[in-house]
Amino acid sequence: MIFEVFRQEKKGAAFAHAGSVEAPNAEFAKAFAHEQYGRRQESVALWVVPRDAICEVHEFYDELGKTYHRVDGYSLKAKLKEARERAGTEAS
Amino acid sequence: MSERAQKLLDYADDELILGWRDSEWTGIAPSLEEDVAFSSIAQNEIGHARALYELAARELDTDADALAFDRSPDEYRCAPLVQQRRMDWAHTIARHWLYECADEIRLAALKESDDEELAGLAAKMDREETYHRLHAQMWADRLRGNERFEEAVRELWPYALAVLDEPLRPRLAERTGLSDVSGFQPQTQRGTVTDDLRRLWEEMTMVRRSVAGATW
Repeated sequence: MIFEVFRQEKKGAAFAHAGSVEAPNAEFAKAFAHEQYGRRQESVALWVVPRDAICEVHEFYDELGKTYHRVDGYSLKAKLKEARERAGTEAS
Repeated sequence: MSERAQKLLDYADDELILGWRDSEWTGIAPSLEEDVAFSSIAQNEIGHARALYELAARELDTDADALAFDRSPDEYRCAPLVQQRRMDWAHTIARHWLYECADEIRLAALKESDDEELAGLAAKMDREETYHRLHAQMWADRLRGNERFEEAVRELWPYALAVLDEPLRPRLAERTGLSDVSGFQPQTQRGTVTDDLRRLWEEMTMVRRSVAGATW
């Protein structure tokens, strides 16, 4: 069975995917993950999750190119420059 | 040599030689994950040996490397349980489990010691040993009832008893649920140097002996 391992680098930090371990059950998976992702003090906590338990989502369509939904979809830089020129001020 | 130094060497030798034996599985363990886990445990044991040798070295006015590698094979004090060369996986797990059970009892006693330095080191080691015990117990539970494993446990039981000083042995029988301490045999006694240990010593000290006195 494959288990995905997520590790937390310090208390309060978000857990990030570290890798996976193969083990016959959760108990072995925890022990293996402990040695593989924790033995150099690189983690303060681990989440060990059976791969089957993970629900995946893959399809993200943007057929109509609605770029304004995205953070980078609406560039302010050029507009700010224009506005500054109109106002006669320089970017500080 | 003081009784304290002798005790430290008994323990350090156990940890060094067991660490060495466990590391014989590096690269050939039953699965990659187990390979990493068991090798990591082996390294921890050698780390514990180093810490114990360092305490002894201060008292004996030498250093940890000299104690680990420059003594003659006859001076080693490790229990014959840890001397046995790499065995099959069932025996390896049987030894690992029996040793960790015995070590838990030895560490608990040391943590209560009046010797603050020793009690402090025992507490530090115990935090790592907790995971060794989990690992050993998990494997022992998995192999329980398997004839090869049960046979290995029976065979190694008298050796496991000899890891501990006599007053602590009944606790090991209780902890493991195995037969009482009458299983004890003199040839399993600490201080016995087996041919397995002599061969291991040849290999373990080979590089260091090749250029005696060198600074590495």
